[in-house]
Amino acid sequence: MFYREAGQFKTNYAADVAVFPILQDRIGLGIILFIAAVIIPWFGSSFLIQAVMIPFLIFSLAAIGLNLLTGYTGLLSLGTGAFMGVGAYACYKLTTYFPNVNIIIWIAASGFFSAAIGVLFGLPSLRIKGFYLAVATLAAQFFLSWCFIRQPWFYNYNVSGAIEVPTRSLFGVPITGATATDTTRYFVVLGFVVVMTWAASNLVHGRIGRMWMAVRDMDLAAELTGIRLLPTKLLAFATSSFYCGVAGALLVFLWYGGAEPAVFDVNLSFFILFMVIIGGLGSLTGSFFGAALIFIMPIVLRYFPPKLGIPIHPATVEHIQYMVIGALIILFLIAEPAGLARLWQIGKQKLRVWPFPY
Amino acid sequence: MDLLYKIFLDPFVQMGTAPDLLVQTLWEGLVAGVLYSLIALGFVLIFKASGVFNFAQGIMVVFAALTLVGLHEHGVPAYLALALTILVMLGLAFAVERLILRPLVNQPDIILFMATFGLTYFLIGFGELIFGGETKIMIANQLGLPRGAIDVKLAGGFVSIQKIDIAAAVIASLMVAGLAIFFQRTRIGRALRAVADSHRAALSVGISLEQIWVIVWFAAGLVALTTGIMWGARSDVSFALDVIALKALPVLILGGLTSIPGAIVGGLIIGIGEKLGEFYWGPLMGSGIESWFAYVIALIFLLFRPQGLFGERIIERI
Amino acid sequence: MRAAGGPDVSVGDVLLSVEDVSLSFGGVRAVSGVSFDIRKGEIRAIIGPNGAGKTSMLNVINGFYHPQKGRITFKGETRSRMRPHDAAYGGIARTFQNVALFRGMTALDNIMAGRTLKMHANFFWQLLRYGPALREEVEHRKRVEEIIDFLKIQEIRRVPVGRLPYGLQKRVELGRALAMEPELLLLDEPMAGMNLEEKEDMSRFVLDVNDHYGTTIALIEHDMGVVMDLSDRVVVLDHGIKIADGTPDEVKRNQAVIDAYLGVAH
Repeated sequence: MFYREAGQFKTNYAADVAVFPILQDRIGLGIILFIAAVIIPWFGSSFLIQAVMIPFLIFSLAAIGLNLLTGYTGLLSLGTGAFMGVGAYACYKLTTYFPNVNIIIWIAASGFFSAAIGVLFGLPSLRIKGFYLAVATLAAQFFLSWCFIRQPWFYNYNVSGAIEVPTRSLFGVPITGATATDTTRYFVVLGFVVVMTWAASNLVHGRIGRMWMAVRDMDLAAELTGIRLLPTKLLAFATSSFYCGVAGALLVFLWYGGAEPAVFDVNLSFFILFMVIIGGLGSLTGSFFGAALIFIMPIVLRYFPPKLGIPIHPATVEHIQYMVIGALIILFLIAEPAGLARLWQIGKQKLRVWPFPY
Repeated sequence: MDLLYKIFLDPFVQMGTAPDLLVQTLWEGLVAGVLYSLIALGFVLIFKASGVFNFAQGIMVVFAALTLVGLHEHGVPAYLALALTILVMLGLAFAVERLILRPLVNQPDIILFMATFGLTYFLIGFGELIFGGETKIMIANQLGLPRGAIDVKLAGGFVSIQKIDIAAAVIASLMVAGLAIFFQRTRIGRALRAVADSHRAALSVGISLEQIWVIVWFAAGLVALTTGIMWGARSDVSFALDVIALKALPVLILGGLTSIPGAIVGGLIIGIGEKLGEFYWGPLMGSGIESWFAYVIALIFLLFRPQGLFGERIIERI
Repeated sequence: MRAAGGPDVSVGDVLLSVEDVSLSFGGVRAVSGVSFDIRKGEIRAIIGPNGAGKTSMLNVINGFYHPQKGRITFKGETRSRMRPHDAAYGGIARTFQNVALFRGMTALDNIMAGRTLKMHANFFWQLLRYGPALREEVEHRKRVEEIIDFLKIQEIRRVPVGRLPYGLQKRVELGRALAMEPELLLLDEPMAGMNLEEKEDMSRFVLDVNDHYGTTIALIEHDMGVVMDLSDRVVVLDHGIKIADGTPDEVKRNQAVIDAYLGVAH
């Protein structure tokens, strides 16, 4: 009853091709944005902002990036972690060479470096598919990880081998480095995530999104409708890596404040992939759900049992987390391959007909 | 110019002047290759019979080794622990068939592939939860495996050969021979090959897919256990070994997903190539190129021959 | 025979000609030495028993297979190695024997995907979904809605095609091909697996497409009634060889054709 589009007639196609044609969706989106931009920074504790919201948003962005490639274009990638790393290291190098240019610009620019590397490792996708391509992206993962660890140029010859984020300001307010407040960093991250999610949503609802999905669903038929496979796939690689690169730069500059190269190892790739699978392949909303589940579950596991008086060892938490994630992946693939996003759809459908189920 | 010299000439001069080092490197590559081959063999078995690209094969290796050592730590005698571990692998095969393969039958390959990621993570968590996450030492002695090294006088120097490596090579060869006989000569083996050719055809002549799946997953489990013992005896047992799982992927690409000889040859090529690359060309680029060298070989190879060395050519139809 | 005026009316210039085409897969001959032509505005049927090489022939025409021998001339241009998307650019659209739709997309998106070639707004406008990108989206949506109306599939617009029944999938696939506004439309067994009513609907669509849009159609079909009713000229293949070519009536009386269908040894 509350979610019903009856009575909302479109009188022209321009209104009907809008990304959110249903009024309730637009209201819902407005409320979410209001909570994210006003309520959380105003009332949220430092813990909520720093340890939950910032990483959640960043991982969502990375999951959106991977979803564009794997969910929309059907190209499985296990190199997400490395592409994020490219973004982070590119941003680091850029800001140390040109400290006077605003960091926001460098974070955005780092995506282009990541995109270029993504295209390079996406080239084999013309000839190979499925798990073969996954192995090819693993090549990117291991090669790039190795670069970050073994090539001192990347971390400016630091003795520790890690990168440290310098303080950079916007209009005199520090937004990265030790002096930046949680709230400032949260706003920067939120800004990036909102703008880029909006852009991704525009893309997937238009011609390019249809081309990607066509390649995913039936590449031969796509070719016969005039879609060139290689440029389409490479565009997906580029866009996806751009998103991952920016997410990587945000991860280091606005969350960790510094990074060991091991951050961008193959496990990160897997975690982002799991977010995409659990959230729903081919759903932007799902990317947020997936990131929330995968990222917030360990926090819950860590903090709740002790509160209930159950002593739990941190290592045990990690083991249980692995088991639960593994089981969830299998469960979702069996029960609901479209992930949490599909459950959300079903929920909306139920709301539409509520209170009469038929 | 100097760089070109270092890439194209220097390594070969080194090989020529110190042949004993070359032989040593080749031998180490060979042994690593044998172990890669074994992991790849487990992949191929499962892929042939069920069309599943089992990403968890490498983790099954570690899981089997960990179970064996863990049981022994809890006071179970070595050979009994071995028998129990075999039972555990059988149980795993049943569980995988019942809980993953059967519900996902007829799903696209890529979905099954991703399901094995789930299995991988589940096994890591499960194994560590029960047996603890700390590094363990393989009970090689208790299982009667040889220890120590033989120094062989060769090529104007000494080449040191670990006895366990010889054992690994021998056992691996026996295992491959056994599997070959199993596939060629037994009724179940023929059924397996029938399933590999066509699921539907196999069903229509009354071969039970479920049984076949359990059998291949169990066989892959045994291969994993063997690999785990051998690998564990050379280094320690912990989930850090999962790197070797990922190493087996380029081996598969090189050998082709469906070919047992391919798995073996691919494993040896990657093993030897990697050690040679690391030893002779590694210093040029900063060490540690082992971590990606195999992938780059496989990637270049993929571009020219997507179906692998021994794989069947895929003809696309519409 | 077609009611509308008889075969003479539709005979225009040669749109596509196939000359002496041979195709084999590792020793197995699929097509050998086949020549025929397709004229502007006609409905050309390709028939033959199973395994006669009909689908291979279509695959050669739209560049999916490359024949070892022979030439294909389309709109006066001869190409030896044409890629499938070149065929699409040139104005050849196609449907498939086993429906090849984009299963995860809605019927609307499938047909919109057929417009890809006609849409040009660049990536950055797409990112903003504003200006040229939005205008283009709306304009092409109008054209697609016309096709949806024409095929009478309004109510399934938003349904992912994987969930549609077979008959409707075939219709959506035709819609996608029409969205490309092709000059030559290749239909591979458009009525396979349909009941009588669906066949009649589909025949009507095929005739209407030919009449309204003037689209040249080449179709493969097993139902002889349909072929005789729809087509202007028929080419008959058997074991990869052309055994007859002519109007439906001529072909029906041809002894080689009768033998091929009744299975006389040759």
